[in-house]
Amino acid sequence: MNIFMLVVRRFLHAFLLILAVLVLNFLLIHIAPGDPAEVIAGEMGGATEEMLADIRKSYGLDQPVYVQLATYLGKTLTGDLGQSFFYNAPVLDLVLDRVGATILLVVTALIFAIVVGTLLGVLASHNPKGIVSGLVTLVSVVGYSAPIFWTGMLLVIMFAWLVPVFPISGMFDITLSDDFWTRTIDIAHHLVLPALTLGIVYLAQYARLARASMLEILGSDYIRTARSKGVSELSIYTRHALRNAILPVVTIAGLQFGSVVSGAVLVETVFSWPGLGTLAFDSLLARDFPTILGILFFSSLLVIVANLVTDVVYRIVDPRIRTGN
Amino acid sequence: MWFTELLILAFEQETDVSTIEAEKQPTSQSPFREALRAFRQSWAGMLGLIILIAIALFSFVGPMVYGVDPFEIVWAPLTAPGEVATVPLGTDQLGRDMLAGLIHGGASTLFVGLTAGFLTVTIGILVGSMSGYYGGAVDEALMRLTEFFQVLPALLFAMVLVTIFPPSILIISIAIGIVSWPATARLTRAEFMRIRNLEYVNAARSIGAKNNRIIWRVILPNSLAPLIVSATLTIGIAILFEAGLSFLGLGDPNVFSWGMMIGAGREYILDAWWTISLPGFMIFLTVLGFSLVGDGLNDAFNPKLRER
Repeated sequence: MNIFMLVVRRFLHAFLLILAVLVLNFLLIHIAPGDPAEVIAGEMGGATEEMLADIRKSYGLDQPVYVQLATYLGKTLTGDLGQSFFYNAPVLDLVLDRVGATILLVVTALIFAIVVGTLLGVLASHNPKGIVSGLVTLVSVVGYSAPIFWTGMLLVIMFAWLVPVFPISGMFDITLSDDFWTRTIDIAHHLVLPALTLGIVYLAQYARLARASMLEILGSDYIRTARSKGVSELSIYTRHALRNAILPVVTIAGLQFGSVVSGAVLVETVFSWPGLGTLAFDSLLARDFPTILGILFFSSLLVIVANLVTDVVYRIVDPRIRTGN
Repeated sequence: MWFTELLILAFEQETDVSTIEAEKQPTSQSPFREALRAFRQSWAGMLGLIILIAIALFSFVGPMVYGVDPFEIVWAPLTAPGEVATVPLGTDQLGRDMLAGLIHGGASTLFVGLTAGFLTVTIGILVGSMSGYYGGAVDEALMRLTEFFQVLPALLFAMVLVTIFPPSILIISIAIGIVSWPATARLTRAEFMRIRNLEYVNAARSIGAKNNRIIWRVILPNSLAPLIVSATLTIGIAILFEAGLSFLGLGDPNVFSWGMMIGAGREYILDAWWTISLPGFMIFLTVLGFSLVGDGLNDAFNPKLRER
C-alpha cells in the first residue's frame, strides 16, 4: 500500500474515532439521572424554565433519539460545544482558552521524558550491572509507584520551603512586563516543576524501555559487523544502535499520550496550571456538565491527533514499516 | 522465607501422589513449584510480598490494636506528629487522629484496588480472548472498541462517570475497571494469537473440543503467566487511580480511604505536610509492593529471564 493511501486511511480512522467520542458524550448526557435539559444546563447554573425550554428546543429534545443524536453531532462538528451556564460563556471558547497551556505542559513533559529517559537507558545499557543501571531500575520502580500528585506536592513543599528557586503555582507572574522575552522566560520558569513532576513518571519507563532495546540491539548481528569493521564505540552507540532503540520509546510515548493528559489533570490541579485539567476540576465542583463533556471531547481529540501524527511520522521515518506489512 | 515455605508445604500436601511419582524422576518438577522457587530467589518479589503482608497486617489487625475512631475529633486541628504523645502522627484539618485514619483507610483502598483490578482483568480477558481466538471480523470490531477506550483520557472519563453517579467506592471501582481494561485486552489477545495455532491446541480441536472449551480450558491456562503479572500491576494502577480521583475530591466522602485523606488535606499542604504526605506514602508503599511482586512473578514465570 502506498504511503498516501495509508495516510488517507488513518485520517478516516481518526475521524470515526472522533465521531465515536461524540456518540459517547451524547450517551453520557442521556444516562445521567434527570432531565437531559437540566443536565445540559448544569445543576449550579440556576437555569430558569425559559432557559430549559430554550435548550430543549435547540437540542431537539422533544424529537426522537436519533434526531437528537444527529442534531448533537451536527452542532459539535460545526464547533458548537454548547453553553456553560456556570461560566456564562460558550464551552468552545473556554476550552480553546485553556488548551494551549495543557499542550505546552504535556509536550514539554514528554520531550523531557523521552530525551532524558533514552539517555539514561543508553548509559545503563553500556554496563547492565553498573550503578546507572541499578539507578534506572530504582527510579523506574519508585516513579511508577508514587501517586503523581504526591510527587508534585513533595516538590511543592521542597521548593516552597527549602530552596525557593522555582515558582510553585500558576503559569506567569502578572506583575512582570508584557514584553515577549520576559513573558517567555517567566512561563518557562513556571513550567519547570509541573513538567518535571509529569515527566518523571514517564522518564523512568522510557529509560527502562530504551535500556532493554539497546541491550537487544547491541547483541545483534549488524552491530557485530559494525564492530568487526572497526567502527568506533561512540559511533556504534550513537549512529547504529540509538536510532533503533529510540523507535519503541517514541511509539510508546505516542500511545501514552492519553495517559499523559490524564496525569496532566492532576499535575495542573497541584500547581494551579491554567489548563484543561484545572478547568475540568472547577467545572466538576460546579457540576457544569457541558464544560466537562467539552473537555472530554477536546482531550480525546488531542490524543487522536497525537496518535495520528506518531503513526504517520513513524511510518515515514522507519523504512521497514513503510515497505513491509 | 517462611511465607513461600508455607505455600510449598501446602502445595505438597495437596498433591501427595504427584510428589511420590516425581521422586522417581528427580529432574522433573512441576512448573508451579519451579516458579515458586524462582520467585523466592527474586529479592524484588520477596520484598514486595513483605511490604504487602505488612500493609495487610497494619490495615486489618491495626484496628484491633489501636482502637481510636478515625472520625472522632481527638485533639486540636493540624497538630504536628510527635507534638502530643496521645496522637503520635498528629491530627488532620478537623482534629481527627492521623494514625487511626491511616489504619482504617487501608481496607477501603485495598478494596477498591482489588475490585477494580478484578474487573479490569475480567473485561480485558473476555475481550482479548474473543479477539485473539476468533480473529477476522470479531477481532477487527473488538480492537476498534479497545482503541476507542485507549483514546479517551481515562481519568477525565472516570471523573465524568463519578460525577453522574453517586460516588460510592463500588461505583468508583466500576468506573476504574471500565476505563482501564484495554492494556489487559491487548496482552490477552497477543497471547491467544500466539497459542491458538500451537500443536496442542490443534490436538484438542482434532479430538472434537468445542471453541468454548479450547478458549477457557486449553489456551487460557497456558497464557496465565503474563496475565497474572499484569494483574498485580493492574491492582497498583487502580489504587493510584482511586487516589487521583479522591485527590480531586471525587472519592466517597463517607468512607475513610487514603485517597480521601489526601483530598481533604489538599488545601493545608503548606501548613501541614503530614496530612498529605503520610497517606501518600501509604499509597506509594502499597503500589510499590504490588509492582515488586509483579516483578518477582515476571522473573519466576519467565525462564529466559531466570537464566540471567
